[in-house]
Amino acid sequence: MKRRKQIEESVCKVLMAGATYLIILTLLFLIFVILKRGLRSVSWEMITQVPKGGYYFGEEGGILNAIVGSFYIAAGATFLAFLIGLPVALFMNVFLTRHERLLERIRFFMDVLWGVPSIVYGAFGFAVMVYLGLRASLLAGIITVTLLIVPIMIRAMDEVLRMIPQGLLEASYALGSTRTEISFKVFCRQALPGMITAVLLAFGRGIGDTASVLFTAGYTDYIPETLLQPVATLPLAIFFQLSSPIPEVQERAYAAAVVLTVIILVVSLLARLLSARFKEHVLK
Amino acid sequence: MRHRHKRKLIDRLSHGWMLFSLMIVLLIPLAIGLGLVMKSLPILQQGDFGKLLIGTDWHPLKGRFGFLPFIVSSLYVTLLSFLIAGPICLMAAIYLTQYARRWLLKIMHPVIDVLAGIPSVVYGVWGVLVIVPFIARQLAPFCGRESSGYSLLAGAIVLAVMSIPFILNLLIEVFTAMPIELKEASLALGATYWETIKRVLLREGFSGIVAAFGLGISKALGETIAVLMVVGNVVCIPDGVLQAGYPLPALIANNYGEMMSIPLYDSALMLAALILFVIILLFNGLARLTMKRGRVQR
Repeated sequence: MKRRKQIEESVCKVLMAGATYLIILTLLFLIFVILKRGLRSVSWEMITQVPKGGYYFGEEGGILNAIVGSFYIAAGATFLAFLIGLPVALFMNVFLTRHERLLERIRFFMDVLWGVPSIVYGAFGFAVMVYLGLRASLLAGIITVTLLIVPIMIRAMDEVLRMIPQGLLEASYALGSTRTEISFKVFCRQALPGMITAVLLAFGRGIGDTASVLFTAGYTDYIPETLLQPVATLPLAIFFQLSSPIPEVQERAYAAAVVLTVIILVVSLLARLLSARFKEHVLK
Repeated sequence: MRHRHKRKLIDRLSHGWMLFSLMIVLLIPLAIGLGLVMKSLPILQQGDFGKLLIGTDWHPLKGRFGFLPFIVSSLYVTLLSFLIAGPICLMAAIYLTQYARRWLLKIMHPVIDVLAGIPSVVYGVWGVLVIVPFIARQLAPFCGRESSGYSLLAGAIVLAVMSIPFILNLLIEVFTAMPIELKEASLALGATYWETIKRVLLREGFSGIVAAFGLGISKALGETIAVLMVVGNVVCIPDGVLQAGYPLPALIANNYGEMMSIPLYDSALMLAALILFVIILLFNGLARLTMKRGRVQR
């Protein structure tokens, strides 16, 4: 009897360890495959030129339009989401601290909102555009992506602000601060490292999302000059080029995947570094 | 005196801005729901809803819209991916929180972050490069079947890899949030470590585990691009995992550009988005509630 128990435990332990290492290996394998397949076709030309005539038949050009377009969309959306998200997160943690049930409901609501898939945002954004008579444009793309990343940003900021001890709030009140001053001068500063992580997290989500920009941002070979022009994005560049029957164009899809993966990795690395760097302003 | 007025004014203004932002955020889902309902009204008025749901006939040109093939494909892909990812995540979470050394859990956090951050289109590329050829060349011949590789199984595997970081993260949280006294009490009564995990921790964390799985499933249900790239996109009711399928999100994504000229087509696609939206909201809400309830009980 005792032996059986021991055997059961060690078998399960091996299985569980196997599962853990399988996950790590899958990640390494994934990155290895993407890099190995794509690095061959990454060239300087590819990331510094827009597509030229005959590009989609395998001739000259690059994907600069998509890289710049993705940055425009992600930066614009992150900025808008920050303008909406920061006040909401501060409001929840400075103004509403006494209404716990309400707070709990708002958090629940945000969590549920987080789960709405991006294709639904995309379809909704498109429906609104058609209703207003707009065409696919940078502006429509930015607004749709903003809707997508606002809940992410709010919840991420909220998690950081929540950790700030109540004593800090009370001390600021006692010194005669208004709630606005507490929000922006005390809480923002205290939560700065986490805020940076939240913003970069949202930026990463915005730059990598495909389904929401599929109908709203359109696609073009040029870098847009106004908000009302259509704009290309990296995920869509990958998606469209991969479905091309011409091998050279497919190669470029792999290269574009490398570019996107590297951008995402850099952003997440940056989030770590910056948030560690700004920890010095935090009171302990 | 003037200074105080200024401070108060600023306070008012920022209060207004905060309230306004909160209203916007609370209104988003309402607006989405309303917009989708309004857009899908034309098709709902035409035929009855039940018929649309169980209809298998999809011929937009002839005005026939049956959603069953897409719903079945979605369920297939999602459940299959859960069958792969669920057990792996549960085992890894137990190992990481109960057996493994500290450093392993420490390196696991960046691994999870990176996996979760990789855009879905990159997962799709990986699926096309690795999973699809594997199924076409190795797995299908091994099972004595023929397959192009673009299949429900390929979609499910890609989806499983994508949902692993998400589920694992939640599960790790569930296990680390458990009070250590429970474990100590069980060990003190003479149970082995494994018995403690099986009889105490799994039971105690049951609602959290169920909630984590539920959230994972609802996330997988809405995933679009990665699945679309490997699943084949053939309209039929699939009868095997090596066959191609056509999940709901893929239907919306693939047909949006061209639908404007065909009557009722855009309405049908909006209905698909609405179905997805409602199912996912319900699922998500239930899972979050279960999670909260589990926490309150303790």
